[in-house]
Amino acid sequence: MFAEAFSIAFQFADVFAFLILAAAGLAIIFGMMGIINMAHGEFITCGIYVTVIAVQHGVPLPLAQALGAVSAGLVGIALERTIIRHLYHRPLDSILATWGISLMVTQGMLIVLGSSWQGIGTPLGSFKVGDYTFSAYRLVLFGAAVGVLAGLYLIFMRTGYGVMARATMQNAAMAKALGVRTERMYAISFGLGAALAGLCGALYAPTMTLIPTMGITFIIESFVTVVVGGANVLLGTAPAGILLAIVRTALNAWYGQIAGQIGLLITVIIVIRILPEGVSGWLSRRER
Amino acid sequence: MSKSARTTRLCSVAAVASLAAALAVSPAGAQQPPIKVGLLEDVSGDIALMGKPKLNGSLLAVEEINNAGGIMGRKIELIHLDPQMDNARYQEFARRLLQRDKVDVLIGGITSASREAIRPIVNRTDVPYFYTNQYEGGVCDASTISIGAVPEQQFSTLIPWMTETFGKKVYTIAADYNFGQLSAEWTRDLMKKQGGQVIGEEFIPLGVSQFGQTIQNIQKANPDWIMTLNVGASQDSFFEQAAAAKLSYPMGSSIKVMLGFEHKRFPPPALAKMHATANWFEEIDTPAANDFKKRWRAKFPNEGYINDMGYNAYTALYMYKALVEKAKSTKKADLRKVIATGEACIDAPEGKICIDPKSQHTSHQMRLIGVNPDHSVRVIKDFGLIQPYWLGEVGCDLTKNDPKTQYSPSNLPKK
Repeated sequence: MFAEAFSIAFQFADVFAFLILAAAGLAIIFGMMGIINMAHGEFITCGIYVTVIAVQHGVPLPLAQALGAVSAGLVGIALERTIIRHLYHRPLDSILATWGISLMVTQGMLIVLGSSWQGIGTPLGSFKVGDYTFSAYRLVLFGAAVGVLAGLYLIFMRTGYGVMARATMQNAAMAKALGVRTERMYAISFGLGAALAGLCGALYAPTMTLIPTMGITFIIESFVTVVVGGANVLLGTAPAGILLAIVRTALNAWYGQIAGQIGLLITVIIVIRILPEGVSGWLSRRER
Repeated sequence: MSKSARTTRLCSVAAVASLAAALAVSPAGAQQPPIKVGLLEDVSGDIALMGKPKLNGSLLAVEEINNAGGIMGRKIELIHLDPQMDNARYQEFARRLLQRDKVDVLIGGITSASREAIRPIVNRTDVPYFYTNQYEGGVCDASTISIGAVPEQQFSTLIPWMTETFGKKVYTIAADYNFGQLSAEWTRDLMKKQGGQVIGEEFIPLGVSQFGQTIQNIQKANPDWIMTLNVGASQDSFFEQAAAAKLSYPMGSSIKVMLGFEHKRFPPPALAKMHATANWFEEIDTPAANDFKKRWRAKFPNEGYINDMGYNAYTALYMYKALVEKAKSTKKADLRKVIATGEACIDAPEGKICIDPKSQHTSHQMRLIGVNPDHSVRVIKDFGLIQPYWLGEVGCDLTKNDPKTQYSPSNLPKK
């Protein structure tokens, strides 16, 4: 009985972690900044490949994963400075531009790095509960997802950057008049989003097939979570993650992965029909 | 990008060559027009890692054949397009190759979905179509010549051995599209004949990469072995995640190891206890196979693994060459007359293989292979030459009529 209950909780945590980690970076770039970042998957891929290259050169895995996140962040800042910053008031063009970047990166990687690499293997082994065995690393993923949410809360609510970044997103002109260097806020925020995408890739790198297009496998979940969550990362992403994880875990267990996938998409349709601004829009309206 | 660039280059080289030929006004017809081969293989997208070896195999065969004088003195001109695993693009490119480039033969397609997408288009022309993958079988179509292995060669050998060796309870995980569904149906059918039972079946949408629930469902069902028919790089993550969760049931498959070389892509022991029946895998150790591998490696030194798809793509061109030379024609009707004699055979690196007149599928030398804990591959059993008999047995006879249909154990021809 306990094993069954643990199994359900474990599956929920696993799905929740995937949704949150996949969506965190996008929640900042798409949710807060309004840039529909079609290259989100490629930041994830960047985190994956940097991690794997570092591990292959003898760097311990946790350090390699940090490197993966940091490099994705730096690439994000460079991209923001060169391309994205010209597109803040042109949302449709930003879709096209980031999609173009995404195509160039995946195809470029396919040509330069080849179609597949050998994986690095999942660390930490397994543990047993009742008749079931579980990979211990999945608990690390869940811990990381909770950590990312807590970290974002601290960054945006408790730091000077957080206050200025939120001010910039709400009213850039006013923030600028009050002395906030808004350009820098945009660059750092985009970099933070990219780094979180990189972190997602770095964390999942040991558990998956290594191919240049693997970032795409995170895309549906990340966009669904952000759309359900709405514009506010702090209020939206976590409740969206919980809601979607419950739906998906229940349907996966009841009728397999197809039902889980269909359920995920139906949930997003229902949510944007009744809550057009997502969960966070609804919550913040209730507060007022 | 590079693909279309290369295609353009190929086309322009061909254009220059044909221009030169036209200008030369060659005496005694020394320069005959080339035989145009249209090739559709995915070299980008989720299954690029399988499409690339298919393109390489075709390039190697074309180079060898052209260096040896071509087909009946005519050079092969290969026109490759990359449909990127998009079935709409498959149809668009098939039309382009057939109508604009006027190819003499169409080759290619990886997924069964892509094959079914272009088959009706080929059927409206007089061009023969070679599908070079192993697949779920059952296509009874006079325009289609199938080069890869089919269930009676793969499942009818593998499943009885697995049930005898490991037990009668199997759990199937399969990709949710025609290949996975029909292969799962084959598994059900054959398990029943073996007195066994499919105790769980899970169909997974293409592109899914997380298998926590699947792994638990398998543990709950506690089968004797698992039939793995998951497709594409994302779904292959199953093996890593299952190994991390210490899921260590024996596994069987018709596509793992020789096709997706998962044993080279995942660190050991993720693929240990995997079993498959194959007409080709790189570890085959015969003089003819070793010679073929040497030629391949000379041309493509960076190839990770010479898989059965690349190998079948290579043999397809030699099979086409043999057919054209015997028929002394490139017309589909003439090629089919050669096939009808039952003499359409070549000496392939695996051994002698022939096209069966009734189904237009290919006989193969089948071997059962197993993956060791260190991911080396051992041959467990050599089945010798196995005919693609199933379609003929259930009533498909392309020498008499052409239903242009795909059959399966639950969808048999009307007698």
